[in-house]
Amino acid sequence: MRRKALSLAVAATLFAGNLLAAEPKTGGEAVITYQNDIATLDPAIGYDWQNWSMIKSLFNRLVDYKPGTTELVPSLAENYTISDDGTEYTFTLKKGVKFHNGREMKASDVKYSLERTVNPKTQSPGAGFFSSIQGYEDMTSGKSQTLSGVTTPDDYTVKITLNQPNATFLHIMAINFASVVPKEAVEKWGADFGKHPVGSGAFELAEWKLGQQVVFKKNSNYFQPGVPYVDSIKFEIGQDPTVSLMRLQKGEVDIAGDGVPPAQFLQFKNNPQQKDLMVIGDQLQTGYLTLKTTLPPFDKLEVRKAVNMAISKERIVRIINGRAKPANQPLPPAMPGYDAAFKGYPYDVEGAKKLLADAGFPNGFDTELYVMNTDPQPRIAQSIQQDLAKVGIRAQIKSLAQANVIAAGSEKDKAAMVWSGGMAWIADFPDPSNFYGPILGCEGAVAGGWNWALYCNKTLDAEAKRADSMAKPEQQAERIALWKKIFTDVMADAPWVPIFNEQRFTVRSARMGGDDALYVDPVHVPVNYDYIWVK
Amino acid sequence: MLAFMTRRVLYSLLILLGVTLITYLLLFMLPADPARQIAGRSATPEVVENIRHQLGLDLPFYQQYFNYLMGLLHGDLGRSFIQRSEVSELIGSRLAPSLQLMGMGILFELIIGIGLGIIAALKRDSFADRLLMAFSFIGVSSPQFIAAMLFLYFFAVKLDWFPMGGYGEFRHILLPALTLGLLGSGWYSRMVRSSMIEVLHQDFIRTARAKGLSRVRVVFRHVLPNAIVPVIPMIGIDIGIFMGGLVVVESVFGWPGIGQLAWQAIQQVDIPVIVGVTTVSAVAIVLGNLLADLVIPLVDPRIDVKKH
Repeated sequence: MRRKALSLAVAATLFAGNLLAAEPKTGGEAVITYQNDIATLDPAIGYDWQNWSMIKSLFNRLVDYKPGTTELVPSLAENYTISDDGTEYTFTLKKGVKFHNGREMKASDVKYSLERTVNPKTQSPGAGFFSSIQGYEDMTSGKSQTLSGVTTPDDYTVKITLNQPNATFLHIMAINFASVVPKEAVEKWGADFGKHPVGSGAFELAEWKLGQQVVFKKNSNYFQPGVPYVDSIKFEIGQDPTVSLMRLQKGEVDIAGDGVPPAQFLQFKNNPQQKDLMVIGDQLQTGYLTLKTTLPPFDKLEVRKAVNMAISKERIVRIINGRAKPANQPLPPAMPGYDAAFKGYPYDVEGAKKLLADAGFPNGFDTELYVMNTDPQPRIAQSIQQDLAKVGIRAQIKSLAQANVIAAGSEKDKAAMVWSGGMAWIADFPDPSNFYGPILGCEGAVAGGWNWALYCNKTLDAEAKRADSMAKPEQQAERIALWKKIFTDVMADAPWVPIFNEQRFTVRSARMGGDDALYVDPVHVPVNYDYIWVK
Repeated sequence: MLAFMTRRVLYSLLILLGVTLITYLLLFMLPADPARQIAGRSATPEVVENIRHQLGLDLPFYQQYFNYLMGLLHGDLGRSFIQRSEVSELIGSRLAPSLQLMGMGILFELIIGIGLGIIAALKRDSFADRLLMAFSFIGVSSPQFIAAMLFLYFFAVKLDWFPMGGYGEFRHILLPALTLGLLGSGWYSRMVRSSMIEVLHQDFIRTARAKGLSRVRVVFRHVLPNAIVPVIPMIGIDIGIFMGGLVVVESVFGWPGIGQLAWQAIQQVDIPVIVGVTTVSAVAIVLGNLLADLVIPLVDPRIDVKKH
């Protein structure tokens, strides 16, 4: 008993020590590894795992998120107002914000940056996000060189007019593609701006050795007081994830940017010395099986429900070493609008058989299951195939390259079932509407689209439109409640079998400080560099 | 000699033309659409079409290929679709590390391979011979990825003799080059062993021994120069093998070479980079073989290029 009391006391002191140490320290350098190249640091172009949060730290947007959360806060904007009809946003800019080249950021820079992203010449993968701004079509079709919906009444005011109310617009203004860049630097470097980025962010680029390393140094004129905490960050590129973990344990690396490779996952997690270095976070991701609602026999609701009940999600989660949680609805738990009370379809083989018999398929049927051909996707497809066989559905697996699965997914008479693993759907911003339009709405149910169930429910589409027109802050609660209902109503039609929500695992060395949430930041993916610190 | 050179250079150019044509054709037939990949998932069909047009991907195959060749003649390899930088710059920054690693790798291969081959030939059919040949067999047949990982684990993590990856100093190159050398030395040791055994049985060796030359002198003055001839074209072939093998070793040791660039470009369907790397690698292989052909007559005067 005594020993236990003593160890509790020790634990208590350690805990207190920990609390005291939680005060961020400034200075020092963090070493972060990635396997793949940093393709570009141009905010209009970068759209991958490595460069997403690097760009967030080099540049700023009018709005951003509270570190480690999905809560919107003003950033370059001092404040903003939204007109009563929800179509006009007026941003008042902070004064005295300097770009890394020393020039003050003005309203004209905001207008220039948005137009640069939308301009077809830029070839930005993010241009489509801004389609609700007035004048977008004129610009993408080449009729105009400017966005008529973006005006600058004075140096510190930006007014943006939308074609229709869009409740997600502030999220769109917080996405990387809306980052503010200085025109003179973009023109100076031309197509090479991505290798010579100039922004206003917490860090500026100090050195870039192609294919080897990128070094960020602290922006000492940063407009947010107190941050960043570290003096510099060294990103080492081309590092194998397994080797990165070994180097981290040796003290050469502070954050293994690519996380824990699947093969090492259980070993790492079960090692008492290592498991505390791992931070687990939710990802705004859902893995799902689509059922082509226009293609018999999946045009029958009973059949789709039966498939929902026939698949053991627990077993699939075991196949991927528990790196995900079973899902029962399209939205992931970390997304506003997720319905924690919703039960979904139970795993019930007998019930599924009965539904199939009722639908006129007592002996099942033959069908196809499309899947991307890299591990673990084919193994997951096999598990689905076995589950379906138990209720009499004979699914043939078509394991193809990613591009081929995506192409087949939207075809009317092909790909009756598609397992989404490795292809879809990670949210671009933390709002439920991002999980509806392209993948469940009528607009996505077209050739070349992403709605592979070709599911189109006009009533829900109208509801979705109504939800997205509720742009006023005081309507937020009502809006989220409406989205919650839309997604549970989708499940009544069962166009998908939601399988799991992947989790994220970041490994950081013991000398790294800062809240765990920063290391699995839902928006500054993978890590929020501005707020981490070295002990 | 000049006629031989001219003919070889012409052949080499023809080979290079063939390599670029086949690479281009294969990438053209690929079902993945680079324009869609660049445009992102939120793009409308018009945006995708616009990008396709800007990149010239809507042109017929022969025109795209012709444009590429024209660029190549001006030393222009185009711009990466994904990185948006000049391909020549991307390859240029990675060429030196790859060549360094290749050079050191081949050096280690030769030292280890020839050394073991000599010992095995001299101790023919002994236990040492069998052991060495087993070793070379294991070397050439081990999967590079696993072997590289094991070496890294034992020599860098456990024994701490070498740094775990990195680039810039001499110590960084040792472990990756040694890995390449150990794995590839088997080809050389087997070749040197069998060709030495063949030479050892020839009359002039018996004569050399009979006139009282020391064993060391016989081996290094008479046997080795004759036995080494087949090794030289092998180095030329090796450059080609290394271009493939570097991908794995570079990625395990984080070596900033051309193999890593190629591997990432393939995953992202970055056509200009894939074609660029293939072209540069093909040039390296062709040059390697050309060089080997030119060196052989210097080592073995019996081979006369005029007769070819």
